[in-house]
Amino acid sequence: MRHGKYPFVIGFLIAPVALYVTFVIWPYAQAFWISMTNWRGLSAPQYVGFDNFRRLLDDGAFWKAIQHHGVLLLALPLITIAIALFFAFLLNVGGKSSGGQRQGVWGSKFYRVVFFFPQVLAVAIIAVLFQTVYRPNESGLINGVLMKLGLDPVLFLIRPNLALWSIIAVLVWQAVGFYVVLFSAGMASIPGEIYEAAEMDGASRVTLFFRVTLPLLWDTLQVAWVYLGIAAFDCFAIVAVLSIDGGGPDGATTVLAVEIYRNAFTYQKYGYASAMGVALFFLTITFAALTLRLTKRESVEY
Amino acid sequence: MNPQSTLPPTPAALPPKTGDPSVPVGRRGKGPRSEVRFFSGLGHVALAVWAVIVIVPILWTFLAAFKNTTEIFSSPWTLPAELRWENFGRAWTKARVGRYFLNSVIVVGGSTFLTMLLGSMAAYVLARYRFWGNRAVYYLFVSGLAFPVFLALVPLFFVVKQLGLLDTYQGVVLVYTAYSLPFTVFFLAAFFKTLPTSVAEAGMIDGCGHTRLFFQVMMPMAKPGLISVAIFNIIGQWAQYQLPLVLLSDKNKWVLTQGIAEISVNAGYEADWSGLFAALTLAILPMIIVYAIFQRQIQAGLTSGAVK
Repeated sequence: MRHGKYPFVIGFLIAPVALYVTFVIWPYAQAFWISMTNWRGLSAPQYVGFDNFRRLLDDGAFWKAIQHHGVLLLALPLITIAIALFFAFLLNVGGKSSGGQRQGVWGSKFYRVVFFFPQVLAVAIIAVLFQTVYRPNESGLINGVLMKLGLDPVLFLIRPNLALWSIIAVLVWQAVGFYVVLFSAGMASIPGEIYEAAEMDGASRVTLFFRVTLPLLWDTLQVAWVYLGIAAFDCFAIVAVLSIDGGGPDGATTVLAVEIYRNAFTYQKYGYASAMGVALFFLTITFAALTLRLTKRESVEY
Repeated sequence: MNPQSTLPPTPAALPPKTGDPSVPVGRRGKGPRSEVRFFSGLGHVALAVWAVIVIVPILWTFLAAFKNTTEIFSSPWTLPAELRWENFGRAWTKARVGRYFLNSVIVVGGSTFLTMLLGSMAAYVLARYRFWGNRAVYYLFVSGLAFPVFLALVPLFFVVKQLGLLDTYQGVVLVYTAYSLPFTVFFLAAFFKTLPTSVAEAGMIDGCGHTRLFFQVMMPMAKPGLISVAIFNIIGQWAQYQLPLVLLSDKNKWVLTQGIAEISVNAGYEADWSGLFAALTLAILPMIIVYAIFQRQIQAGLTSGAVK
């Protein structure tokens, strides 16, 4: 029976593992080493210890990027989860209850399909789409209306203190539908009797939401928060394509991924770019670990 | 489906019995009902507004694709005066959307196939065979989920370069596959674990070898899981932007996301705005069609990874 187990196991694993080690593990391992060198691609890399990281601490662009990640990290999950939760609640339990079965409002199916759609579009395509939406003259979707109404155009991507929020708005626009579906799946698994019982006791919709839905959805919310947080640490495509000169105006929307790409593939500062990559790695890991730690609580059994 | 739906509605759903002192007005009777009305009213408005926010930019793009530059600037909110199909022709050939589209199909087709084949092979062995080092290999794969791709970008570029795979379809296919393996293995290993052992044992008794057992018995049994992961990978790989940006500098090999981003930069210089909108439409429309057909599976496929 068991003859030929090892040749089979090795035969099945060798190709995936070889591919994975070559293109994923090996580059990751190298990145840590390159971050300790002054490599610029021409001569052999020289070990410089933590020099790159010291320079990173004096780099204004790095700190700007970190600051933007901070804003993204708070705003993106908060706004997205708030909107998605509200919609998911409406779509699943917001309507009448008939025969003890909680229902969504009329048209739930349609909304779920429409809201989710941006999720299947590539972020780079969405970025180009919103370039046209945000355009500062009468050819822009929003400013076209404003100017027809005799108002001044809003310089979405040009005004430094507005540009980052314009980008966050696009990220929220894309993400909401996914989390509506995710939370809907979570809400669907909450037994109807719980709502029934709460309603018998005279609980209002608001009470139902905060005292029943939210606690029972805690695990899903945690997953959503981690996902959105990781998205807040990446967002390369959107910033690179949508913002003015990839992170502009004047660094007002720059993020680490854009700085890494610029340092590596524009300035050929491979060592320095890798140091930023290592910083990004530790930030992401710390965020995920902290979130899971801080939001840990007994999940409610039902 | 719902056996209770034929039952009479619960008291909460009935109109309040006015004048019945046994029902405390405002708690069980009137309160929830007016609240329901208020909430569904507010809810409908909010939902409709969001639907408009999602649909309008896309619809507006489709309309602008038929306009000419003058119309785009002078009347952004009106319908095009005539249907200018030539905008699409220009986008498809001159702006090379056709080329980029084909490249995306080649790359995503190849890498999704390879990801599913290699990913399910690894996941199957890791899920159902006990051998020395099993856990180590499994965690090696799963650890890839935690790393940001940007950490590896510089070394990855040089690895691909040294292998002579820069600017080749093969290079991109292999890299996409490698970066798709962590999630694929993670998800499918969990899936293969849930499949019953009895069928596999029966196959073994009938003299089925390990390899045949996998391809002829286990793969068909794992079909629902395979489809979910395949959808996840197709959408993810189709949307890739940063990896091709680093790995493909030859314009002939560019994928759709790269191509469209480049067109948007050039549109300003060449003032071919309608060409840009046509190109965008050509990039978005196939996704709408695919999504409309498979939306149930797509929603399940993309979210199933998050709930597990």
